[in-house]
Order: sequence, then C-alpha cells, then structure tokens
Amino acid sequence: MSNTAPDVTAHTADTPLLIGGQSFTSRLLVGTGKYKDNAEMVRAIDASGADVVTVAVRRVDLDRTREQGVLYHLPANRYFLLANTAGCYTADEAVRYARLAREAGFNEFIKLEVIGDKETLLPDTDGLLVATRTLVKEGFKVLAYTNDDLITALRLEEAGCAAVMPLASPIGSGLGLLNPYSIRTIKSRLSVPVIVDAGVGTASDACVTMEQGVDGILMNTALAEAADPVLMAWAMRHAVEAGRAAWRAGRMPRRETAIPSSPTTGMLR
Amino acid sequence: MPMISIALNGDPRQVPGSLTLAGLLDHLGLDPRTVVVEQNRAIVRRPQLAETPVAEGDVIELVHFVGGG
Repeated sequence: MSNTAPDVTAHTADTPLLIGGQSFTSRLLVGTGKYKDNAEMVRAIDASGADVVTVAVRRVDLDRTREQGVLYHLPANRYFLLANTAGCYTADEAVRYARLAREAGFNEFIKLEVIGDKETLLPDTDGLLVATRTLVKEGFKVLAYTNDDLITALRLEEAGCAAVMPLASPIGSGLGLLNPYSIRTIKSRLSVPVIVDAGVGTASDACVTMEQGVDGILMNTALAEAADPVLMAWAMRHAVEAGRAAWRAGRMPRRETAIPSSPTTGMLR
Repeated sequence: MPMISIALNGDPRQVPGSLTLAGLLDHLGLDPRTVVVEQNRAIVRRPQLAETPVAEGDVIELVHFVGGG
C-alpha cells in the first residue's frame, strides 16, 4: 500500500497542435509587440511556454541599426517564428509583406492580416481571400486572421489556409470572447485548425475560449499590457491548458434545477 | 567617386555610384543575414546581393523583423 497520489500524466496528456505539417506542444501562441523592453518580452514569452512567436516586417531604422531587430533577442532555434502582415490594408500589400517575410529565411508560414478599417482593425475579408489564394499558390502556409463569421472561415479553408484565426474581439481591445456561439460553430465546421486570435484580455477569457473546443489562442496585448507581463504569461499558459483539458473532459450539462451531491437516503429521523 | 541618388527606405539618399547591394549594406553597417532587400519592388535574394549593382533612381527597401502581434 502506498500513500502516493496516482500519476495522471498519461491520462491528461494531449495531442500536439498540428498546423501545416508542423507540430507544436503549446496551444498558446504569442506576439512580441508593445513590451516595455526586450528583457521583459523574453521573460514573458518564456513564462508563456509558447512555441510559436509572431513578428512583424518593418523598414530597418537606418539611424540606429544595432540590436533593434527582434531576432537579436529571440533565438530562431528555440521559437517558431511566425511573421505577420499587420498594418496591411490591401491584398497586394499583404502579399508583398509575406514575400519579404519568407525571404528572411525562416519558414513559409505567414499570419495573414488584411485590415479593412483603422478604428476597429476588423479584417477586409474580400482582400483576405484574394491574398490567401495568391499566397497558397506560391507555397505559403497561410494562417488567416479573420472575423468570427462562419462563411468567411469556410471560404478561407477552401482557399487553402493552413489555419483559420477568428477574433475573440477586436485587436488590442481585451474585451474577451464576444461570441462563443460563432467560434464554436466555426470550429465544428472546419477541418483545419482554428486558432482564436485577438481580443483575449485575461486568463478567464483564454480559458473560456479554449472551452469552445478551438485548437489554440494567439495573444499579444493581454501579456504586454498587463501590469506584470511575466506573471500574466504564466497565468495564460495555465488558463489555456485548463480550458483545453476542460473541453476534452466534456463538461456536465447545464440545468435550471438543483440536484443534491450527497445521498438523500440514510438521513437521521 | 561620383555619387548617385536613390530612394532608401522612403528617403532620398546619395550613395557612391559603384556599389552593389551587398556593398550598400556594408556602407550602412548592416548585416545582410538580418535584412531583406527589395529593389524597385523586386526582392533580391541574398546570394545575388553581391552581383546586383545599385543604379541611379533605384527605390530600395531594407526590412527586418520587429516586435508584433
């Protein structure tokens, strides 16, 4: 007889996240923008446990050329770098950025953004589809940032996206998951991975998002703008894991009435 | 050495007339392994940088990865 607790490691073990033939352990993907400094970014990303880290393509600042690139701080052999087309407002522009990103020589994956509106940063879904078709033809693995619309998600999958990334709420808003029904529907209808991208504000948002059954979450501002980004990254890591496990476990049904947890028989008379 | 005018990352700039793109990066103190070069809207791959001359009126963009979400 032993007093040691049973080991549930094997029972809880999850399958890896597969995107475009690449396998990842963590279902939390993180951005590298808006941190106070690079040291804090590196510590937060480490605490998040993320394998996939997003970066943006921008002009080199010719006035200060040393140590300004993010790769100086993020070893490419430790993280899978996912370049984005953030800031692009047309399909042509996004395709141009994607080609430049691929030329940097890390991989053929691109987080495709074609933004349609400056105030909400909501996607231009027409432009997104046009850019997706072009990039897929050129051999890119496209992860498309889109809204929470099923029809667009289906068309993106049909166009050959490696993953579809609907928003929880607008980029940088921290409003959390505004439409769990839409996200659930998208997940139930797509075969490619569904990664919720944008809008998560705190750990409960991440947890409830994963409980919809999606394959992962990509976030940036929720970590970078937390008072303590390293601690928030740690919280998010566990929230994503908890939400994923809860979804796999299958929740109990919701009821409008109480059902006692203790026996109703054997009561003292 | 005669100088030529190019547009470099959106700004007009005078550079020596005999440079290749690899020479331009060197002139600017940039490591070619960390930069992607676009010349007149066409990407110039790294192995070609040392063979591609910079010409008067070229529009050149030098990009790299920065923090982003």
